[in-house]
Amino acid sequence: MDTLHQPKPGELPADGHDHVDEHEAHVHLVPIWLLVTIFAALLVLTGVTVGVTAFDFGRTANVWVALGIAVVKATLVALYFMHLRWDSPFNGLVCAAAMFFVALFIGIVVLDTKEYMVNFNPPAVTAARPAN
Amino acid sequence: MSELVNKQQAAVALAGDTFSEQRDPHHHPPHVAHHFESAEQQFSSAKIGMWVFLATELLMFGGLFCAYSVYRHNHPEVFEFAHTFLDKNLGAINTVILIASSFTMALGVRMAQIGNRKGLTICLILTLLGGLGFMVIKSIEYRAKYEHHLWFGAGNQYSKLYNGPRPHEGPIQQHSDTPALTHGEREQAAVAHQMAATTLPTQTFGPAFIDPNAGTGDEAKIKPNQVMPVGLAPAIMAQQAAIEHGGFKDAAGHTDSHHKIAFEDLPQSEKDRVATFFNIYFLMTGLHGLHVLIGMGLITWVMIRGMAGAFGPLYYTPVDLVGLYWHLVDLIWIFLFPLLYLIH
Repeated sequence: MDTLHQPKPGELPADGHDHVDEHEAHVHLVPIWLLVTIFAALLVLTGVTVGVTAFDFGRTANVWVALGIAVVKATLVALYFMHLRWDSPFNGLVCAAAMFFVALFIGIVVLDTKEYMVNFNPPAVTAARPAN
Repeated sequence: MSELVNKQQAAVALAGDTFSEQRDPHHHPPHVAHHFESAEQQFSSAKIGMWVFLATELLMFGGLFCAYSVYRHNHPEVFEFAHTFLDKNLGAINTVILIASSFTMALGVRMAQIGNRKGLTICLILTLLGGLGFMVIKSIEYRAKYEHHLWFGAGNQYSKLYNGPRPHEGPIQQHSDTPALTHGEREQAAVAHQMAATTLPTQTFGPAFIDPNAGTGDEAKIKPNQVMPVGLAPAIMAQQAAIEHGGFKDAAGHTDSHHKIAFEDLPQSEKDRVATFFNIYFLMTGLHGLHVLIGMGLITWVMIRGMAGAFGPLYYTPVDLVGLYWHLVDLIWIFLFPLLYLIH
């Protein structure tokens, strides 16, 4: 560490897909303008996901719209803040596999409960209260 | 036997020789463990390990999201009613706070990468403040829920197990139309409104109704006339279509999923399920809040090490990995916020 020349922030190009080549250091710097852009995009999308509640697309579609915006935001966070865009693809594969299996898990369980809900307790059922 | 041991020892010695030849004898950074060939290999190994851990985190939360999905799919009107007790504005503010703290964390990793010690400390302090702000707002929300008997389990006034005092009937006020009131007052007014419009059972324990399809504790009961191959019979398809597209009918017979549902609008079988929304809410946000607290602890640790000058272009692994953890906490909240606060 003592022989290492520590670069100051000003020495680095600001547009940077630059690499600090110090012996075996392979540092990928995310440019600040990109981080700021992603931050702004996330704020805008947060506004969109709140604002979109003023519109009714139907009970099911409302959920998908909200989920769609959340997936876009999560993708931005994963790709840029979590650095997946420049990482080894294996890390992205681990993340995507976890997401895939969560989706598979929820999807199959919901499909299953759909079948059972026909037989169990449809919401229209209103039972009389016991006279106590 | 001894021959085998000798062979193994020879093999190990040979491997050791080969390895030491590959090494650069002049450069051996102190932060590289002996079983790694290079700092780069050590870094990518640590990162893979962190991602595998994050995958298990996603799967753990996935179980809760699964419970949420099943419950919301089966009882959408319960969610549309119960979520009105959550404060959209506080949820949105918390979302912005977490996103901002994720941004400062990403900046902090960059500061560590270029060896800017002061910048790293400032970024991590800002991130910590974000986590603190999030937890303060969350505890304000939790406290309001507790005081209004909208807690989890038996602490929820909609629960069959609830044994506490009922709030007095107050003036009926639509909480969404009175912006002059504070959050607490609005919530209180909403509770009073719901309670005034509700004829809750006088008994404090035990089921409030008998559901003919509920089955017993021992075995589930299936309606006898509907026992048929699932997914094929036209009768089932028709019923599913009716449930999916019919939606909730209000008192006037309208099927508008966008209108505000009051407690008295709920079918009796759904009224006893309102408490479960709060159980799901507290379980999901509680586990998430625990992650925020753990993340804040980790950031403090990294910040102290960073102030001592432990990180630079050659070694910033802890900053990077704690950053990944913090971003995951943000990522999960990005899903929790619309799914819990913005139901419509």
